[in-house]
Amino acid sequence: MIFIDTANHISALAAKMAKPHVIAAYPITPQTTIVERLAEYVESGQLNADFIRVESEHSAMAACIGASAMGARTFTATASHGLLLMHEMLHWAGLARLPVVMVNVNRAIGPGWNIWSDLNDSLSQRDTGWIQFYASSNQEVFDNIIQAYKIGESEEVMLPVMISYDGFTLSHTSMPVEVPEQSKIDEFLPPFKPAWKIDVENPITHGNIVPPEPYMEIRYSMQRAMERAKKIIEEVGEEWGKKFGREYDLIQEYKCDDADYVMVTMGAISAEARFAVDELRKRGEKVGLVNLRTFRPFPYEKLKYEKMIVIDRNVSPGLGGVVYHEMKKTGKDLYGFIAGLGGVDVSYKDFERIYELAKRGKEGWYPLEVK
Amino acid sequence: MVSFRGEIVAIKDLPLDEYVLKGHAACPGCPITIALRIALKALGKKTILVIPACCTAVIEALYPKTAFNVPILNIAFEASAAGASGVASALKMLQQKDITPVVWAGDGGSYDIGLQALSGALERGTNFIYVCYNNQMYSNTGIQRSGATPYGAWTTTTWTGKKERQKELAEIVMAHHIPYIATATIAYPEDLFNKMKKAKEIKGSRYIEILAPCPPGWRFDMSKTVEMSKLAVETGAWVLYEVVNGKMEFNGYSKRILEGKERKPVEEWLKMQGRFRHLKEEELAKIKEMLDEKWKEYKKLYSSETSPDK
Amino acid sequence: MKTAISYPTVGAMGKTGTWRVFRPSLDREKCIKCWRCWIFCPDSAISRDEYPVIDYEYCKGCGVCANECPVNAIEMGREEK
Repeated sequence: MIFIDTANHISALAAKMAKPHVIAAYPITPQTTIVERLAEYVESGQLNADFIRVESEHSAMAACIGASAMGARTFTATASHGLLLMHEMLHWAGLARLPVVMVNVNRAIGPGWNIWSDLNDSLSQRDTGWIQFYASSNQEVFDNIIQAYKIGESEEVMLPVMISYDGFTLSHTSMPVEVPEQSKIDEFLPPFKPAWKIDVENPITHGNIVPPEPYMEIRYSMQRAMERAKKIIEEVGEEWGKKFGREYDLIQEYKCDDADYVMVTMGAISAEARFAVDELRKRGEKVGLVNLRTFRPFPYEKLKYEKMIVIDRNVSPGLGGVVYHEMKKTGKDLYGFIAGLGGVDVSYKDFERIYELAKRGKEGWYPLEVK
Repeated sequence: MVSFRGEIVAIKDLPLDEYVLKGHAACPGCPITIALRIALKALGKKTILVIPACCTAVIEALYPKTAFNVPILNIAFEASAAGASGVASALKMLQQKDITPVVWAGDGGSYDIGLQALSGALERGTNFIYVCYNNQMYSNTGIQRSGATPYGAWTTTTWTGKKERQKELAEIVMAHHIPYIATATIAYPEDLFNKMKKAKEIKGSRYIEILAPCPPGWRFDMSKTVEMSKLAVETGAWVLYEVVNGKMEFNGYSKRILEGKERKPVEEWLKMQGRFRHLKEEELAKIKEMLDEKWKEYKKLYSSETSPDK
Repeated sequence: MKTAISYPTVGAMGKTGTWRVFRPSLDREKCIKCWRCWIFCPDSAISRDEYPVIDYEYCKGCGVCANECPVNAIEMGREEK
């Protein structure tokens, strides 16, 4: 069935179809319409879940951790400062290996208050042990959320999953989305089987003091799970393709085969970059596009093109674009651009200019300072 | 002996079950494990403890072993009430309604860093018991001042004695209109047991605060933990009461004080503790004045609760 | 999958009786079986049999039992190693 709706309403719908037992969330712009819709689903009886209207995002994540540790499937959603407030608990969910699924609507960080999109909020959660997906369309938002449960809850993974997408550009923009029947989703997504749980019949203690050596083993186990997640993400993406006609990988490549230059982007700007590729191709430029679907685990093995133009809608002050620097591991020629912070529009025209600048060997803050 | 209300009134009648195993990591003479032993005898096997950073998290001992025979979810310092909200929701959704989620947190995690999560959970009517064991400082990190540290007390962050009064968390909790609130000490194990038992039978948010005199933190001999608790009640430095559906009732020795029994001089309690050794005359006078003022308030509450038109 | 899961163990922190400096000993003649020593033991190291039984493997020697005994049936003596 085709739904025409905003990414936020599509998120709520996807969450509902994944049948979580417990939802704990706190409102924040531009995420609010997700929690409003979920509250409506729960109160009208369309979704049999307990919705905890927590008093902060920190508590939202803590409640999801508590519920997930009991063996319940959980969902939450946040944005920007809300995500930053959760930071401590994100680490906790990660190391506890609880497959909580969360939507983060990307929004810039203050001061001053800015409600428009950039990716600094979610990229600041880089090392929390969360799998991170980025979506560039409302369809991807839906598909990623359902797949997130299957990936996170895989016994080879057991990690929490964050699905990020740009505030307003996607969150409040209606697009057509193909939504499968509930029965097909149920076939695809089996019930959550926790790797461990709090149970009065088997009174374990989770999370007491861990000495250095086993602590390092626990960290190593998490690293291994992240590595295995690459394979699981591919498998689940392939299965999704077979069932629903849209196949997914860690990255999405567009017209890369014969490309001399490949642009690398993440999030909603990928859609604009794709249009720029078409325009540039019309002019005979051999250019392609890689949209990073996953940021964690980072798919560096798949970024095999000789010349890559990386457009970061984020910045790590004192270093530069986060994705650009992560990509140095590929050993390829990279041209880094920082663009679109705090919701600055990055149109296909900008991508065309960035491409021309990169071809001349330049990089930097677009359009402020490009050398 | 069992009273007509089904309350246990003699120590010998308390259950033999032990959920705090021998060989845990508490300091000798620790009040927390005494309180936990009594509380878990009342709560029983079908209890889930949610524990933030605090002494109890250390008492559990080191991975891969634990000194507790009930399941425990450890969680970040400020997050226990929120974590327990998740546990309570999951219990409801997974049809495990005979299990009691219990937060077991110190005063730092309750009065200070965890106050927001506690208030939120109480306001939502979370179906859980929240226990604050109050040792009046951050003991786990090495005796630092907390919002529960009394005026005049030495800590490692108040070298010349705390200059401010402690706040009254139970009174803040009262403003949340929850069905059950109680204060207790380990000195009266039957009272603590009965309050736990009573809390277990009530649905909704329940709050119990237990005074926990800490030998290394308060600077007294480790054999005096129970005596220190008892003296706190007898001098009025700690008060025993229950608030059931908004109705306040003083208990035990505290009730007897309100009925006319004289409070022992608070100096008796203070002089047993090294943390008050430096007190000047005027500081002692101020402590006594504040205590008198507090008991005037209690007296007023007591009279209004026991007045015939109530 | 490895996370910080711990299992209930008697002696999780080892034989804590080795921490003891003063050793409680019970005089059965004096004991009135009020069980105050049992309920107030912070270490669950006193169990109930005909008389209180002190588990010296785990008793940390805090002396709460002796302090709380209403008939002075428990005496604390320096531990001899």
